[in-house]
Amino acid sequence: MSDLVPPSPEPRLLYCRCAYAQVLPQDVKDGVLRHLCTSGQPFESVADLCEMSARRDPRLATLASSPLKIVACHPRAVKWLFHAAGAPIPDETPIVNLRSLTTEEACKTLT
Amino acid sequence: MIAPDFSILLYEGPGSQALGPDRRFEISAALLDRGYSVSRAGLGARLHAGQTALIVVGEFDHATAPNLEDAAGGITLTTCDITSLDPAAVTSLIERTRGGQPMNQPGLWKPWFPVIDYSRCTNCMQCLSFCLFDVYGVSQEGKLQVQNNDNCKTNCPACSRVCPEVAIMFPKYSSGPINGEPVSDTDVKREKMKVDISALLGGDLYARLRERSDDAKTRFSKERDASKALAERKKCLTKLMAEGMIPADVLASLPSPGEIQRRATEAAAKAEAALQGQQ
Repeated sequence: MSDLVPPSPEPRLLYCRCAYAQVLPQDVKDGVLRHLCTSGQPFESVADLCEMSARRDPRLATLASSPLKIVACHPRAVKWLFHAAGAPIPDETPIVNLRSLTTEEACKTLT
Repeated sequence: MIAPDFSILLYEGPGSQALGPDRRFEISAALLDRGYSVSRAGLGARLHAGQTALIVVGEFDHATAPNLEDAAGGITLTTCDITSLDPAAVTSLIERTRGGQPMNQPGLWKPWFPVIDYSRCTNCMQCLSFCLFDVYGVSQEGKLQVQNNDNCKTNCPACSRVCPEVAIMFPKYSSGPINGEPVSDTDVKREKMKVDISALLGGDLYARLRERSDDAKTRFSKERDASKALAERKKCLTKLMAEGMIPADVLASLPSPGEIQRRATEAAAKAEAALQGQQ
């Protein structure tokens, strides 16, 4: 457990489960999570970015403080959800849209 | 709204067994669906610790959770051994470990509030004027803000309809561009048309009522026949509801005409003050 060190400059994967509403296709969010769990790569996952933004969860600021690759929903919504929480992310932050991609398409962006 | 003040780490480093893809997925999904944040760190991976409390779960050697502490003292660490536990049992273990502290739960609450796309917002304050529930406010710099998320009426995206720039999103909404899909020129034209409809039916309802009043000299506060005003408001809002803009339960919970008048006047004054401040 001595690996609690400052974050790597490599973009970290952040997966949003959208657990508070059923707006992401279940098969897509399950398929992508399964892919992440199979790939062996480390990742962060949150129950719902909307829920965290609504209560300005300070963890969003922590997440935004280093490069991210976000797996969630519409990029315009994700960008401004972070902003609404006082944790803006850079415009160039890659955001994988699980509302518009198939599981296969989304997983391809993660490899 | 209540926040969990910790995250969960699926630990698979030294002193523990690797979970395997299926088990890792099942446990992660169960915890996420219960509302928890979950980090996964593989062997040699670096953990970004952004929280003050961390529950470390893993299949530890000898099925015994080790005692751990953060050498820097910044993070409270709790360890849980999950050897032989199914996902439901893991979730229950986490529930017990966190001591039943209250937190939001999926299914019991929906994060529904407007999210402003400031690359589109022109600070026109139409949303502030429109909303009767004090969701919007103005920053010290005179910028429109969402200030009272909790006041927003779940599943009601009506304010997004009065935004001429399609700058208001509700990410949990079913369709675009309100849900955050890219905004097309067609969307902008359509939204502007809806603004006109809204101005007729709802957005400027108070002005319409005022214009229709017999003396046309006073604002809504001097509407002579409150019951008539209420009937008209309901008729207009019902039309908005028919267009899918306002849920029935929001309509049913609307305040009295007098209260609406007070709130509308307050909101209009805020918007007016902010607009004057921009000049």
